[in-house]
This record gives sequence, structure tokens and C-alpha cells, in this order.
Amino acid sequence: MNSTLTAFRDVIARDLLLAMRRKADVLTTLFFFVIAVSLFPLGIGPETSLLRKIAPGIVWVAAMLAAMLSLGRMFADDYRDGTLEQLLLAPQPLGLLVGAKIVAHWLLSGLPLVLIAPLLGLQFGLDRDALLVLIASLLLGTPVLSLIGAIGAALTLGVRGGGVLVSLLVLPLFIPVLIFGAGAVEASVTGLGPAAHLSLLGAMLLVALFFAPWATALALRIAVE
Amino acid sequence: MLDVIGLECVRGERALFRNLSFSLPPGTLLELRGENGSGKTTLLRAICGLLSPIAGEIRWQGENVKSLGDDYRAHLGYLGHLNGLKDELSALENVALTASLSGITADASAIEDILRQFGLARCLHLPCKALSQGQKRRAALARVAIGRHHQLWLLDEPFAALDAVAITFLQSQIEQHLVNGGIVMLTTHQDVPMSAPHYQRIELDA
Repeated sequence: MNSTLTAFRDVIARDLLLAMRRKADVLTTLFFFVIAVSLFPLGIGPETSLLRKIAPGIVWVAAMLAAMLSLGRMFADDYRDGTLEQLLLAPQPLGLLVGAKIVAHWLLSGLPLVLIAPLLGLQFGLDRDALLVLIASLLLGTPVLSLIGAIGAALTLGVRGGGVLVSLLVLPLFIPVLIFGAGAVEASVTGLGPAAHLSLLGAMLLVALFFAPWATALALRIAVE
Repeated sequence: MLDVIGLECVRGERALFRNLSFSLPPGTLLELRGENGSGKTTLLRAICGLLSPIAGEIRWQGENVKSLGDDYRAHLGYLGHLNGLKDELSALENVALTASLSGITADASAIEDILRQFGLARCLHLPCKALSQGQKRRAALARVAIGRHHQLWLLDEPFAALDAVAITFLQSQIEQHLVNGGIVMLTTHQDVPMSAPHYQRIELDA
């Protein structure tokens, strides 16, 4: 059991270390998010009421697209250099090791979005409460994107044009997260209260946490054959 | 003790081998020979469980490896075509991660020792992308060798890209592993004489 936890920790540490040595990968995702969100106020003009209304949807759609950008790399590099084989052959529960990779993916591509989102929200004139709800919804929702995305990334591993395919496969599955994520902020802006939306996002996170690593592990075993 | 019973593997539409059976007691060296495309790599991958055979069974200590799962994988050291090294990490970091994944508690000095023995003393801390092809192979072999308690070593072309010194050293490592009761299965196109308590050779024909 102890060695399993060590392996879990070391897989996360390895992926974070790799990202430190290849900063461009993380930064491109983050900058894409920032630029995509910033384009809307520039394009629509300074109409505060309109911007405030569309802000949650735009931030959430941009977060999803940014998550898509980084999905392709999740297992592809490991597959190419053979470290994925080593992961599959390790005498540890594969679901847990895959879970570690998903955690690392979220820390590198989800968490930065959550942290920068309030700044972007200011461009849209969101008030303090709405910003807090935006952070909360992203904090619950982006891990779901990484978890579901991992299944898609594993299924399309080694397939030609996998990048486009993974978008087609995964984006429809992201829709519930989008609806409740953006809905939470909207509900808070209109004064309904975000509790229901956030609870549903939390429920999705729990379900995804439970199933996604194992589904991904199965898909990976098929992919390396 | 590894038993292979009636194994059949298919690649594409073509059956690579049918009804392949052999049994490897401790201390056995099994050399797989055959032309390119005759299924040597496929056989190794089937035995380590990366690929499911169409028919047949693989048993470790008398039990089916599928039901053993992690208990079987804990005895495996596998070197594939790919080195399984991260280009951005140093040889030291790469081997340390493998050790941790296999549940070996090896401290940094033990890992350094094994890399030194494989002639990588001068590039312990260099990122692997700066290493030559042969040096990468040595690092990958060090990764297998760190798991001395892995009983079953599956080595796909371990001698390829190695220079004479490294070949001699690897030879001695394999011989020592066999003397300690390990089992080694390897594919090679080179004639490297090795002394083994038990020796078997399988010719796969395309």
C-alpha cells in the first residue's frame, strides 16, 4: 500500500518536473485561455450589461477549449517514448497511476485557469460574489474536464489525427459541465443563488473521479496492443 | 518458473506462431531467434502482458498470469524496442522513477552505482536527449538491472546499439542474474556467447 502511494506521488512529481522543463506547453494553454476570453469584450464593445450577461458562458467555453488543447499531450508523449509501457507494467493498480497523471494534468492545465479567471472576469464587470462563484464553479468543473478528457485522450491514442477526434469525442461529454458551470455564475448574477448548480458540479466530479481513471486505464491497455 | 502453453498470436490477419509451448525453470536463458517480422517482439509483449494472445495460456509459478495481475508484474523486468526514458529527465531521474514504480526502495547512491557500472558516470545528470543512442540503451538497461529481484527479464534486442565494453558488461549481468535463479528471455541477431545453468533456443519462422 505504501509503495502504491509513493508511486502515485512520484508520477505526479515526474509530470510536474517535465512541465517545468518544457514550460511552453503549460503557458500556451494559459495564454490561449486569456486571449480567447479577452477577445470578446474587445469585439463586443463596452456594454456592461451585455458583457456581464455573457461572461460566464464565455469563460467556461474558453476553459473547455483550453482543456482540449492540452489533452492531446496527456498520454501521447509517454506512448511515443515507451514510458507508457513501463507504467502499464508497473506492479501497481493502473487506475491509480492514471489518476496521478490526471491530477498532474489538472494541476498544469486546470488550476492555472482557475487562478487567472477572476482577473478575466473583471473585464466583464462581474462583481465580487459572481467572481467567487466563478472560481468555485471552475474549481469543481475543471477537474471533471481533465477526468473525462483523459478517457478521450486514451481512446484516441496512436490514432492518426487523434487531436481532432478527441475534440469530437469529448466536447459533447463536456456539455453538462458547461451548462452547470456557466449556470452557477449566471444564477448568482441574477440572484437565484448558485448552490444547486455547484452541488450538481460536485456530484459530477465525484462520479468522474470514481469511473474515469479506470475507464482510462482500460482504454490505455487496448491502445498499446 | 514460467510455463507457456499452446500460445497463438496474430498480428493483422497473419498468425505469427501457433501452438507454441515451452517451460522455463529458474536459471534458464531463452534465446529467441528469427527473421524480422517473425514475431519475436510480439512473443515478448504477450508474455509481459502488453498484448493478449488469441489462444493459449501463460503461467507463472503454476498460476495464470491474468489472474495474478500485479503479483506477476512485480516479477517482471522488461526492455522493449523503445527505451522508455523521458528525454527531458536525466538518466538518474528516469531510473529513480522506474524504481519507485516497481516498489523498489533504492536510494540515490544505489541508482548512481548501477548507472556508473553501465558506463554512464559522466552523464548522470544530463537530460536523456543529450545522450547518444547507445548511452540511452545503457540507461534503459540500467532500469531493468535495478530490479535485481525481478525474476523474469524480458529483453528485446538488448545488444543492439551497444559497444563491445557494454556488451561484455551486460553479458556478465545476465549471467549473474541466471546464477541467482533468474530467468532471462531475449531476442538477438548477434552471437553473444553466454554461460547459463539452462539454455533454450526457439527459432520463430515467418
